[in-house]
Amino acid sequence: MFVRLGIAVAALSLLNCAALAQGAKPTDPQIAHIAYTAGVIDINAAKQAEEKASNKEIKAFAKDMARDHEAVNKQALDLVKKLKVTPEDNDTSKALSKQAADKLAELGKLKGAAYDKAYIDNEIAYHKAVNTALETQLIPSASNPELKSLLQTGLKIFQGHQQHAEHVAAGLK
Amino acid sequence: MLPGRCLATLALLALGAMAVPAHAATIRIVMENMVISPAEVSAKVGDTIEWVNKDVLAHTATAKNGEFDVTIAPKKTVKSVLTKAGTVDYYCRYHPNMKAVLTIAP
Repeated sequence: MFVRLGIAVAALSLLNCAALAQGAKPTDPQIAHIAYTAGVIDINAAKQAEEKASNKEIKAFAKDMARDHEAVNKQALDLVKKLKVTPEDNDTSKALSKQAADKLAELGKLKGAAYDKAYIDNEIAYHKAVNTALETQLIPSASNPELKSLLQTGLKIFQGHQQHAEHVAAGLK
Repeated sequence: MLPGRCLATLALLALGAMAVPAHAATIRIVMENMVISPAEVSAKVGDTIEWVNKDVLAHTATAKNGEFDVTIAPKKTVKSVLTKAGTVDYYCRYHPNMKAVLTIAP
């Protein structure tokens, strides 16, 4: 529990610090980049899980995550194209990617049931952190109404993923 | 043909047309932007539910009591016939925050 909370807090403080460092709320091109990056991170984690997981439910969950996040990211790309917005890399995206790469390496060392549990626990913590960031920072900062609306739908999807992950985790015990 | 018999035939036809939906209706339930609507639906055994998924994500309509489990691909419609009476709470297995209720009369 403390570990999970720690991950969530760390992810959030990274988001907050990066935004504060810029001295202003993130712009729409930055928000688009952060949201897309957050999706890519979960797709990469899912791909690792599809190969490494031993539990059938975990494998199925990973497949669901890859499919959903790919669909949402495609929608995001279509929207930025339509709005003629170029997603802009930023400190928050960089920090998220760095943290995710470390996590992937850490999970990569685990095997069997230990891997399954670590993956699903991280999925819960990760979706929780992303949802909090969406609610408290990204959605309120978005100025384009279509981008805001996509983020709001994204929040509902990821809240669903968090609950789904919690169900799967409960089934492991 | 006598005008009277003609009217009677028409009346029978009209009755027939009205009787069909009363016995077996088709009810649309739409999944859009992660919301199932209507959230509460009353139906009868023998009715057909038309599950319409307008999202880019796959959804399911999964009964908590195991009565049905329908998967609806993105932007697709799936039909299923109700076979048993009861009040059924159902949700999407992929997104358990999508929930609704189906009340099925005998």
